[in-house]
Amino acid sequence: MPDFNFGAVLQGRYLDWLIAGACKTLLLFFAAWISGFLIGLLVVSLRESRARPLELLAKAFVGYHRNVPGLVQVFIWYFGVPQILPEAWQAWINDHGSEFFLVWIALSLNAGAYMSEDLRSGVRSLPPTQLEAARALGMTFVQAMRVVILPQALRVALPPLTNQSLSLFKSTSLAMAIGFAEMTYAAHQVENESFRTFETFAIASVFYWAGSFLLMWLGHACSVKLKAGRAAR
Amino acid sequence: MIEILRDYGVLLLVGQFPNGPLGGLALTLCLAITGLIASFPLAVLMGIARTSPIAAIRAPATAIVYVVRGLPVLMLIFWAYFIVPILVGHSVSGTTTLICALVIYELAFMGEVVRAGIEAIPAGQVEAARSLGMTYGQAMRKVVLPQALVHMTPSILSQLINLIKNTSLGYIISVNELTYAAYQVNAQLLTKPFEVYLILAVTYFVICWLLSLCVNRLEKKLNRSSTRNPTKEATA
Amino acid sequence: MISFEGVDKFYGEYQALNNIDETVAKGEVVVVCGPSGSGKSTLIRTINRLEPISKGKIIVNGQDVHGASVDVNKLRSNIGFVFQSFNLFPHLSVLRNVILAPMMVLGMAERDAKERAMKLLAKVGMQHKADAYPSQLSGGQQQRIAIARALAMEPPVMLFDEPTSALDPEMVGEVLNVMKQLAAEGMTMVCVTHEMGFAREVANRIVFMDAGTILERATPQQFFTSPQHPRAQKFISDIRHT
Repeated sequence: MPDFNFGAVLQGRYLDWLIAGACKTLLLFFAAWISGFLIGLLVVSLRESRARPLELLAKAFVGYHRNVPGLVQVFIWYFGVPQILPEAWQAWINDHGSEFFLVWIALSLNAGAYMSEDLRSGVRSLPPTQLEAARALGMTFVQAMRVVILPQALRVALPPLTNQSLSLFKSTSLAMAIGFAEMTYAAHQVENESFRTFETFAIASVFYWAGSFLLMWLGHACSVKLKAGRAAR
Repeated sequence: MIEILRDYGVLLLVGQFPNGPLGGLALTLCLAITGLIASFPLAVLMGIARTSPIAAIRAPATAIVYVVRGLPVLMLIFWAYFIVPILVGHSVSGTTTLICALVIYELAFMGEVVRAGIEAIPAGQVEAARSLGMTYGQAMRKVVLPQALVHMTPSILSQLINLIKNTSLGYIISVNELTYAAYQVNAQLLTKPFEVYLILAVTYFVICWLLSLCVNRLEKKLNRSSTRNPTKEATA
Repeated sequence: MISFEGVDKFYGEYQALNNIDETVAKGEVVVVCGPSGSGKSTLIRTINRLEPISKGKIIVNGQDVHGASVDVNKLRSNIGFVFQSFNLFPHLSVLRNVILAPMMVLGMAERDAKERAMKLLAKVGMQHKADAYPSQLSGGQQQRIAIARALAMEPPVMLFDEPTSALDPEMVGEVLNVMKQLAAEGMTMVCVTHEMGFAREVANRIVFMDAGTILERATPQQFFTSPQHPRAQKFISDIRHT
């Protein structure tokens, strides 16, 4: 029976690194989720706008983010984009935590693309007469989407959105590839120094499992609440 | 960008081959296909276990799925990096580690695909088989699985697309697949990261997008053949 | 051949079957009828244990169907069941549909199974479609094949769960003819059906159910001309109006 020593890992600067890693993961996740969701709303509106050029733009956006690996998307933003930006912007980014900023952009766009597809399936599930009725009342397309379509679509889209949120939470680990010290990076760092591989990875795994279960539970709770709200009317 | 392709195209395509091990895009595709084939039988077993009427089989299978799905693929790779040499008794290459991680990933995810496929078969099929006296195992083998596996082919192909994307994580453990090869090209050139990584993105995009078109076509074809309603459409 | 003794069945709080006592003798043709939700489908599905029961006993061929130690598969191989939605196996040809169970369950050799299958397909008038696939056939054709598939196990009793309810009207007759032929040959049959013409011609006995209880038993003659129970009377007058 190998000799496990969790105590050795959960103290001093190892513990500091792990806690910092957890915090950074959560920060990246929440930031990317909020912006990703907003991007998703925007893209699904473009996709359903019936204006050909906007639809194509949305399709291309989604197509790119679904067919290119997440890691490559992060690389493009972290290694590639700064090269083509003007000098002043490059300097600003470097001064303001380029790792977080650029990986946040990459993950937001990625999440936004996937969430827009989930929202789209929600929109598709509504009868087309809903939009027609809203427009017939004189609402603009944007108003109709905001007040009639998207709130209803959200209810249907909740299960895939929960899955997507889970996916985003796990995707934060990609940030380690560019040196952003989120949880996986921290675990790798601690393991390198302490040689307590099993203990370190176990702690990181527990963190991710806890996050996953929390997200799934949250999604389930929201879906129950939304259903209850509808029934009560 | 054309110069990059001209100078480094072969490296990106096949790595050091034939003067060394396979790398680049060729390795990426080999890894993905190997991962798919190796995990498929396990995924079928997982799907069957997840739909089993026996709780003692169903519960551990469900636990495995939740455990694997709750972790990022990078963590799976790190675990494999740590555990596989211990299990096998000697050190293993990054490629082997990556394949092990991908197989574990797929046995959970493709296991769910198989589960959905099995659950999509109407209950009447199993009832008819069991009413004729077939055991659960016989009904599974001869009636449910043959139908389910055909219907889930588009989803299996989708998993191949996911696998191709996930091989890019081999970069972290220095497996010389396409992403790592691009990283090496960039390390040599130093001044053109955008072009290099754009080529990388476009390569993945073309392959995955073409595969997704195949998936769509397969789905349409399967939907057409299964929605033929014999009680109303066919003539005696 | 089949006997129900004090059978109750509950789905949670809801009682689907209420104190069922009934016997079906060898060679009898019993038609079970009643309004929707009366429990008639549930009743027939408990006979081959597609549904469990909460209380009581069902004896088929001398065996307690819901007993703990009974070999369910062996039991089912001696009971033929025909479903409302036919449930043919779409990935297998008609012939393979019929020979699958005799080979897998009875251990018959392929040649013998095929011989038996072709005879039965001829009996139901479908031998010319032996190599076709179910999706290429009409509902009436599929149901006749489903009957042949059940008969291939040579069961002493056949159960029919609304065999013609999913068929277009012009195909009902061909299936009923097969069933009438079976009855004439002395097969023990229990049929849940709305086809009153069939019941009148072929049934020895009508069992009328409502709300999970057997309310009336009578010969077809008695049942259709002078039903006793008020709900049976309502049922008859309702059908008359269709």
